[in-house]
Amino acid sequence: MKRIFQPSLVLPDRSRRRFIQGLAAGGAILGLSPLLKPVWAREAAATATGMAPVLSGTEFDLTIAETAVNFTGTPRMATTINGSIPAPILHWREGDTVTLRVTNRLTVPTSIHWHGIILPYQMDGVPGVSFKGIPPGETFVYRFKVQQSGTYWYHSHSGFQEQTGMYGAIIIDPARGNRIRADRDYVVQLSDWTDEDPMSVFAKLKKQSDYYNFNQPTAVDFFRDVADKGMGAALDKRRMWNRMRMSPTDLADISAHTYTFLMNGTTPAGNWTGLFKPGERVRLRFIGSGTQSFFDVRIPGLKMTVVHVDGQDVEPVTVDEFRFGPGETYDVIVEPKGDRAYTIFAQAMDRTGFARGTLAPRAGMTDEVPALDKPEWLTMGDMMGTMSHGDMPGMQGMGGIDHSKHAMSGGMAKGDVQDAQVPREPGMAVAAAAPIRVRHARTEYGPSVDMRVDAPRTNLDDPGIGLRNNGRHVLTYADLHTIGGPLDKRGAEREIELHLTGNMERYTWSIDGLEFGKSTPVHFRHGERLRVILHNDTMMTHPMHLHGMWSELQSPDGRFLARRHTISVQPAQRVGFLVTADALGRWAWHCHLLYHMDAGMFREVVVA
Amino acid sequence: MKKKRVNFIVVAMVALSMSAVWAQEPTAPAITTTEMDTMPGMDHSQMNHGSTPGATQDGMSGSAQDTGHDMKNMNKSDGMDSAGMSMRGGSAPVDARDPHAYSDGYDFGPIPRPRLADEHNFGSVLVNRLESVMTSDNTSATYDLQAWYGRDYDRVVLKAEGDIDNGTLEEASTELLWGYAVATFWDTQLGVRYDSGEGPDRTWLALGIQGLAPYWFEVDATAYIGDEGRTALGLEAEYELLLTQKLILQPRIEANAYGKRDPELGIGSGLSDMSAGLRLRYETRREFAPYLGVEWARKFGETKDFARAAGEDPSETRYVAGVRLWF
Repeated sequence: MKRIFQPSLVLPDRSRRRFIQGLAAGGAILGLSPLLKPVWAREAAATATGMAPVLSGTEFDLTIAETAVNFTGTPRMATTINGSIPAPILHWREGDTVTLRVTNRLTVPTSIHWHGIILPYQMDGVPGVSFKGIPPGETFVYRFKVQQSGTYWYHSHSGFQEQTGMYGAIIIDPARGNRIRADRDYVVQLSDWTDEDPMSVFAKLKKQSDYYNFNQPTAVDFFRDVADKGMGAALDKRRMWNRMRMSPTDLADISAHTYTFLMNGTTPAGNWTGLFKPGERVRLRFIGSGTQSFFDVRIPGLKMTVVHVDGQDVEPVTVDEFRFGPGETYDVIVEPKGDRAYTIFAQAMDRTGFARGTLAPRAGMTDEVPALDKPEWLTMGDMMGTMSHGDMPGMQGMGGIDHSKHAMSGGMAKGDVQDAQVPREPGMAVAAAAPIRVRHARTEYGPSVDMRVDAPRTNLDDPGIGLRNNGRHVLTYADLHTIGGPLDKRGAEREIELHLTGNMERYTWSIDGLEFGKSTPVHFRHGERLRVILHNDTMMTHPMHLHGMWSELQSPDGRFLARRHTISVQPAQRVGFLVTADALGRWAWHCHLLYHMDAGMFREVVVA
Repeated sequence: MKKKRVNFIVVAMVALSMSAVWAQEPTAPAITTTEMDTMPGMDHSQMNHGSTPGATQDGMSGSAQDTGHDMKNMNKSDGMDSAGMSMRGGSAPVDARDPHAYSDGYDFGPIPRPRLADEHNFGSVLVNRLESVMTSDNTSATYDLQAWYGRDYDRVVLKAEGDIDNGTLEEASTELLWGYAVATFWDTQLGVRYDSGEGPDRTWLALGIQGLAPYWFEVDATAYIGDEGRTALGLEAEYELLLTQKLILQPRIEANAYGKRDPELGIGSGLSDMSAGLRLRYETRREFAPYLGVEWARKFGETKDFARAAGEDPSETRYVAGVRLWF
């Protein structure tokens, strides 16, 4: 095991004042006077934060322990791998067999899951599914052959340990030359940190599900709307939401009220900085390690060319911005020019906070940090799919329906030519072109479900709430084309349909209306090629991660788009993907929003 | 005259909430039109009055072709609102998908499967009102709390409410209930209520429903059966009006009715008392909010006569100051 340290980065602002963006020198618990440190902090080792060290080779020793960290001005204990947040970057080579000895120095069981890695199920690291977990004091040896290359990551699959610091990047060099040429290569791992005990966060959501939402509609908003649009329109806008008891601002369950967003373990004030020489091609490997946060990423002044998604090379597509959720990875190439700095700005989907870093020719340089966008209300389309057509009388003004077309992106389904000219609500034409028979489960008619979508939208060219018509070119799933096409040319032999469900008021999350505890495993027949349909009967976006096998995303008309390990399904959206069930054993399949997963939006898959 | 009008509005609101409760998802397939019909000022042209479960299901779950076809007529028959109405609850159609079908008989493996939060117990105590109550001639204290412990759809519920005057518990009502989720926003509650304080104690069986009615009205309606043929009905409804994210106005109404007179407790039969209050609170944090408020209370029928005979004012205006807190 070889330890290579990334070029050390000078933090430009060493002030220990508490920022809303967190401490400048995030994690600098050592800086506190010993007398001020709590007892446990005096005894615990400090967490190293910022750009993670790189471990290369085939043999790795990883130790999981509690270490002290301070992102906000309040010292806290983190759960870390080898004492750093993020955990070390594991640098593997395709074709090697790697051995990872994971030692648990916690007082509770732990685990590590290698996210997106194809391996025998016993090595997948999900306690209760693939193995028994790693008890305190014990070492578990993971050993498997690396059969792929690209950008991946790893994290704990036990309790809320991922929230408290257990995540790191995996970079696998291809056996045969890299298609993507870059002069510099940085991991940009985005995450969210809370000083609260994650279980206490969860318990609060169970008691009051809008606890962290401070963007709720108020009387002040109402009177503003009355003044702007008139009483009728203001009432219309609210009527449906209020009758249905759904919140149009439920964009993220957990906001910056408790979260500090991190880029490579560094607070916005700490400003993680990646250096470049003007004219260089810089590869940024964005990894979504937020436990409950979608990020909208852009670098003002630079175009980003997306070249690699979920570890797979894709046809390059150049955008201004992209959204990604927990579990997903996006590699982009940027070519910064001139003697200036560029801000990497990643605002949370609910617009309450952001992660931030800088690309600069020299350490210490900064660029302007953009203001957060204003949070938008969800639209009726996010609640009811294609039922919400803008032409509908009585619907005008409801929830800010998006009448004008959002930016048509390059990858727009070619089968949609007849509709491409017509301004429309996302999803309308596709739904009309392809008849959909929605099959709700019989367990979706009870208290666990607050919404069923009968006319879903199937189009993938919608960047999602808050990104529509924002004047920037935003990546959508329709733009993604994995190079080389599907791994398996067979068509689907059968189809299974699962509905993503929940009850926001009760803060319950489930699949087909059944939380994990009431579910039975989903059986994939060994060797079959099957089509999976995920149909989102909720108003939130769910990043669905199937372990052990690829999810080959299809366009609405059934063409191959992209090979994914995590697919984010938008509100009222219905997506299809193909899976080759070639991995015998038991696998996890779940929403990668950690609090949704823990609430029960989780299934076991049996391949037999 | 003015007071009468206020009472009329209150009665109307109670009736409205009641019908909303009983017309909810548990008893009706789609959210029924009853609920909508009783709503004042609703746009009936958008309602699907003829909605039946089967028809709604076909209309909405049918192929997208149907959907497209129906679009033109939607505002006439199957308006958007009715689409929304079939979007939860109801009863599953006979051909609804079996969520266990994909298991093909496979069960979990030999390793004990994960226990996620849906199999954990949670608990909460909400002190909705802890207040000092000032009337023209007296100052007393009131508490009103609700606690629960258990799982998402099954929990033990404790409700306690009482008035303390001059250091003595004047009247207290404590309920221990089993709460069971029957619909998206509704729990049934079954258990016992024990009344104590001045006068003889009373024990009741309680059967109620608590939840969230359309437009975010929090409703709690319970029927009680006591010994000696006593019956009672209690109803509470609240609304949380967000003036800002932290400044919240809470209108609240409460009404009680009894099937049989209980002279020892000064209760007549029929509607006995009603109160309507407004409390303005500021959440310094979600869990803690001091408030000020005013409440109008009135007794009716024989209960009013009992009160008069005891030298009490059967209708009064109360000023309240207190805290709302939960943990």
